[in-house]
Order: sequence, then C-alpha cells, then structure tokens
Amino acid sequence: MNNRLEKLLPVQDVRLDGDVDQKGLREVGTSTPRRDAISHVTGRTVYFEDGTFPGMLHLKMVRSTHHHARILGIDFSEAEKTPGFVRVITHRDVPSNYYTILRLIGIEPNDEPVLADDRVVYWGEPIAAILAESPQAAAIAASRVKVEFEPLDAVFDVEEALKPGAPIVTRQGFNYFRYEGHHCRRVRFGDVDQGFASADLIIERRWDTSPIEHAPMETTGCIAKPDGDGRFTVYTNTQALYFSLDNTALILGIPAGRLHFVGGTVGGGFGGKVDVIVEPIATLGAMLTSRPVKFVYTREEEMRISSTRAAERFYIKDGVMRDGRIVARQITLYVDAGAYSRHSPYGTTKAAAHMPGPYTIPNVWVDAHCVYTNRQPSSAMRGFGVTLGDFAIESQMDVIAHELRIDPLRLRLINAYRDGDMKAHRKRVEGAALVEVIQKAAELVEQRLDPDLAAMSSASR
Amino acid sequence: MAIVKGRGFASVNYPTGMNLGGDPTQALIHCTTLGDFVITLSSVDLGQGIKTVGAQIGAETLGVPVESVRLDLGDTDTGPHCMGTFASRLTHRAGNAIIMAAKEARQTMLEVAAEELEVNATDLETDGRGSIQVVGAPSRSISVMDVALAAHFKHGKTISGRGIYMKPKSEPVPETGEMDPDSAQAHACTVADVEVDTETGEVRVVRLISAYEIGRAINPNMARQQIIGGAWMGISHTLFETTAPYYPSQEHAPGDFNEYLMPALGELTEVDGAILQRPSSTGPFGAKGLGEMTANPPIGAIANAIFNATGVRIDHLPITPERVLRGIEALAANPDRAPSIPQKSDAGISDGLIARPVNNF
Repeated sequence: MNNRLEKLLPVQDVRLDGDVDQKGLREVGTSTPRRDAISHVTGRTVYFEDGTFPGMLHLKMVRSTHHHARILGIDFSEAEKTPGFVRVITHRDVPSNYYTILRLIGIEPNDEPVLADDRVVYWGEPIAAILAESPQAAAIAASRVKVEFEPLDAVFDVEEALKPGAPIVTRQGFNYFRYEGHHCRRVRFGDVDQGFASADLIIERRWDTSPIEHAPMETTGCIAKPDGDGRFTVYTNTQALYFSLDNTALILGIPAGRLHFVGGTVGGGFGGKVDVIVEPIATLGAMLTSRPVKFVYTREEEMRISSTRAAERFYIKDGVMRDGRIVARQITLYVDAGAYSRHSPYGTTKAAAHMPGPYTIPNVWVDAHCVYTNRQPSSAMRGFGVTLGDFAIESQMDVIAHELRIDPLRLRLINAYRDGDMKAHRKRVEGAALVEVIQKAAELVEQRLDPDLAAMSSASR
Repeated sequence: MAIVKGRGFASVNYPTGMNLGGDPTQALIHCTTLGDFVITLSSVDLGQGIKTVGAQIGAETLGVPVESVRLDLGDTDTGPHCMGTFASRLTHRAGNAIIMAAKEARQTMLEVAAEELEVNATDLETDGRGSIQVVGAPSRSISVMDVALAAHFKHGKTISGRGIYMKPKSEPVPETGEMDPDSAQAHACTVADVEVDTETGEVRVVRLISAYEIGRAINPNMARQQIIGGAWMGISHTLFETTAPYYPSQEHAPGDFNEYLMPALGELTEVDGAILQRPSSTGPFGAKGLGEMTANPPIGAIANAIFNATGVRIDHLPITPERVLRGIEALAANPDRAPSIPQKSDAGISDGLIARPVNNF
C-alpha cells in the first residue's frame, strides 16, 4: 500500500553551520503503518455516534430566521402537542447562559449566549432546544415553535461594521474586539513612514477572501448520559476534551468533577470541533430529564450554522527598492468574526504575529482588526490566522516581482528571514530554512538560480 | 478556446503550537505485566496520527519496539490534561510530554533490570528489540517482559512515568506587538503549474511541487500524507470553496455537498517534492508542526500561476471560473490597466493600479 508513497517526497537532512545531528534513531523516522488505518477503511472504528442508550432523547434547535432581530415572544403550544415531545429548554434554564470559549485563557467578555434571550444577531442562532423521543419528533416539534421577531438592520461587511451609525452586533456597543485598550492588535517595528519615504516604489494592493466550511465527514455532535451517581458521561467528537468539559461545567454551574468526557476519535476536525457548542446544551438536557440526550448537527447545520473560516480583508502597502528589497510593509487586516468572538480574537493576534510573512523587513506596521458582523460566527480553522495571510502576502510578493521585473524566487530569497534576524514582533529568528526550501523547490522544477542565490544559507548573512 | 499555461510560486512559514504558548499537554505512561507500555493522553486523533507518532516517540525513548507501545486517548477520567488537538501542536507538545514520561519509566525499567542482572543500571542499554543488556556484554541480557514481571511480582515496583510540556505564556505588548508567539517555524515553498481555459475560466492544477522543512519527519509516510492531503485542501480553498459565494452577501449559502463545491477525484493533481529536516531545538527529536500548513503554500502558488498564465490578477478567494472570466474580459477591454476584478472599496486605498512611483503618490 505504501510502496507508491515511499517514492514521493524523499526525506533529506539540512545541516547548517552549528547544527547537531542526532544519530542512531530506531523508531523515529520510520514509516510505521498508521495505527487506525485498517479500522477506518473497514468501517470498524467506533465514533461517538455509534453509541446508543436506552431512553435516549434527541435534541433539535429552534433557530433564528433573521440576521438581526429582537425576540418579542415565543409560542411553544403547538410544538408541545407533537407526539414524542418531551420538553423545551430556553435561556431561563441555562444556569450561566453567557460564555466565551477562550475565557479559559483569560479572554473577555462572555459575549455569546447558549440560547438567545431577547435578541438574535445571526441567521440560525439557537433560541430554544426541543427534546423529543425521536429525531423526527424533535424536528417536527421544533418546526412548530412560533417565534415573534422584530427585524433589525444587519451589517455584513467588516468595514461597514466599523463605521459610525452601523448596526451594533455586540452587547458592548461597538463592533470590534478590544485589545488592551486598542481597537485592533498592533505591531509596530521600525518606522514605516521613513521606510516609504526612502523607497523607490510604493506598491499597494487589497486582497479579499470568503468564508469556508470545515466540511468534516462526521458532523459535530455529542451524547450526554446521566451515570446515575450524579455524574454525566459525555461522548463527543470535540478536538479538545478539556475545553469542552471546563466550559460545560462553568455554563451549568456544576463542579467539573461531575463531568466525564469521552472522545479521542474524530471524523475530521480542521478546527471546526474546537468550538464548545453541542456539549453544554446536551448535558443540560440530560440533567433536566435524567435521560441520555443526543445532539448532532445535520449537514445543513454544519454548513450554515457552525463556525466557518473567517473571511479576511487585507490592505498591504509596501515600500520597495529597485533591486527588490522590501524596506517597509504596512498591513491593515479586517477579520470577519461574525456575530460572536469564539476563537477569533485569538486568531487575529496570531495573524498579526505572522506578519509580515517569512521576510525580514526593517519597518513594519500592522493593524489587525477582529470585527463583528451579523454573520454565522467564524472561528478556528486549519492554518488559523495564517492561511489567508499567506495568500495575501504571497500574491503581493508576486505583484512586486512583476512590477520590478525580478525573478519571483530572487525576490523571495533576498528578503527571506535568516537566523539571527529580528522579526517584527521582536523575536529573534532561529532554525530558519526558508532559503533552503526555496532553493530545493527551484532544484525540483529545474529552475536554475543565479550563483549568489544558490550560495545563500539561512545560517548566515 | 485556448488553454494557457502558467507557473507560480509561494514560500511560507508556519508556527508550531498555540499562539503565545501557555498550552500544556501531559502524558502518563505505565508498563503492563508482560512488558507492554501504555501511554495515556486526553488528546484526540482526528486523522493527524498521534496514535502512531506518539507510539514511535515513546518507543524510541524507552528503547523498546514500537509494537509494544500503544496509546490510550480521549478520556478525561483517565487521561491527564491536554489543551487539545489544534494549532499544529500535538506532535510537539504531546511528543515532548511522552519523552519526559518515557525517560522516567525507562529509568525504573533499567533499575529493575540491574537488580535482576546484578549490575549497575548505568551499565545497561536497551537493544530496541525488547531486551536490556550490559554495555559491551550483550550476552548478559534480560527481556523487557521478564523485567516487567519481576517489577510487578517480585520487587513491587511500578514502571511508570509522568510527563508534561508547556511553553510559558507570552503576553503581547499592546503598543508594539512584541511577543513570543511560537515554539518553532516550519517552512515550505510550493511551485504550481496550471492550465487555464480562457473560454470557460476553469483552472486545472497540473502539479504541485513542494519543498517542506519540518524539523524531523517522525513518520515519513504520514508526513507525505499530510502534504498530499493539504495540497488537495489548498486547491479546494483556491478554486472552489466558500459558504458565501457572493460575500459579503449572505445569499446563496450552500447547505450540502451538492451546493458546496470541492474538488472531486478528477480534479486531483500530481503532488511531489521533498521533505527537508533542520531539527528544531524545542521539538521532540527536532520535529516541528506540519499538520495545518500543508494547505497554505498551494493557494498563493496557484493564484500566482493563474496570473502567469493569463495576466489576470485575482484578488479575491476563491478564484472561480466567473472571476477568471471577468478578469480576462477586463484585461481585454483595457490592456494598459492592471488586471483586477472590480471590488467595492470603501476605504479608498485600492484604485486598481498596482504600482505607483513614490513621487506621484
């Protein structure tokens, strides 16, 4: 099976001046077969949803049908008549309704309700949870709940959301995350104005991206089961068991010791299962009914309700010299967090830390804004804070190379960061290998590099 | 119809570990009666392969065959704390925790073996095949299984170990953004060759050739699989996917895989290149995080290859056939002007010119 794979992407050592080799490794560096490959491809791997328990209830969310609205009233009377209906859960049943996932690492404020109380700020926001004897009964009952909305103006564009008079998404009264008193995460290194003044050319571009779904094969879900001893076992496909457990305990106002989370095998995550969304409400359902409760997203919920990768907008202004040296880079980034923080304030800081890319530029200025809009919240996704920045930066590098009529690999190599350089966030570079991967890539596609480029090393300048 | 060909490049770095650190992971390890080792983590395996690379790291450190090491994952009653499986952190964080735990277990294992062989523990070595022997006198040896049995039933000792890895949390300086965000940086350069159909706007990625520098490939085939899978996701991000086809409009949001476009088998491409190793000073056996980054360099490389093929610079992901065609039309209508798809720009910075001399700015 692996014969073909073995022939691809050969492994080669890079040993630069001063690097120490580690010899005599026996297991590390060998292509031991993946432990779960056979059980995955033969369908024998057990996922959370394979569990079923006597008396298990099914949870279906009643969701907002508006991007932004006041909730004037909810009528459950028709829903309650549905055969199989067991009970409804509203915000009044949630002991500590407002939370934010990253409060565990000190992020504030708690901005997101488990269940909406007086208003909704995105299409699909959960308002009430229906518990029923079957998935069908839960879905039918949820469809019979009548919510009276008063629609409000909504804002979808990150720059519109920051303008005076824009509809306000958050309860704080402004549509951005505040970083220690600043309206954005800042990086200031050198003096960009001076850099621009000394540059031969200024190159400015805007880059946009669109939201992306994680699209795991297994949708997000869990089963919460009362153990009979006052504890609850929650079978979940979370990517982070303790994120889920700790937040669930805080939301439910119970000691964490009453919760036992079981998982470990996830059918695709890509960052989409780091949000804590299904476990708190399912566990609350199990507490309120003393029965196991299953809450799993449909594919449509996964696509249209669960977090996406944020759309990001970049304005990049570069001061460049005719020989290709970049002497100043100014980046204004708008991250579309959607309606709530989730992991976006963290990802925006990560995006700022990643700038200005793997290049040594003496003057750097970054304003990275985490902006709230009336959109399905975005959150962590593979390459969080970096993937889209790389698109913008690497497209910008290509623009510069084209404008200066310089070989795009030369442009990258002469600006590449190397050991000992100072990054814009004032950490000294070590273990660099950008020069070496560019040289190797050129070699692989038989693109000859000029002697000065071929002789470069990350270990020296 | 014309098919035009182009080549594009992108070079990137990627940070290992949760941004700013402060994200510990612990490992416990114990030896069974018959000399197998169980590594217990509360981490999860979502396909990235900790069940396999964790066993390799544990086996290497213990000095025993990988077949005798297994991982017990995903239970908060038995597994010690793990921050989670994300941020290209688990091989690095859990790997280092496993090394620490395995060193402790190995020490006890050697002490028990020393008593059984009536030598000093410092004179012993593991052969990596399930035996412990006297350095320089391999005939004086004892199997790990016999050591485990002796520890359990004769000496009343537990061969076990505890490990944790944490990079202390860095707090950014608000004014300057000074911070220590990462434990290491992995690197990659991707070359994309594409073909663009100028009649339909469709882009075919002919091949993606990459050099990745990842510190150390703990399991080369699984590293290759990450790179191949990431290349697919990179193509998907560049050319296909979005939940908001007319972002920032919310209209036409897809609800299933019929409406949410992703590359199918026919849209896969040749992926090859090389894996380079410049070991990281912080990584387990020098490893850096590879998991997330493999989707990144294909995006810029493909976008740049499309420009190289057509002269059209698409500044908005995803690069759909519609955007390519509109770009080609705009270029034909005004060849002097930089190719760009018209976008709403309230900030007024981008006027479509891609370069201006300083004195005119």
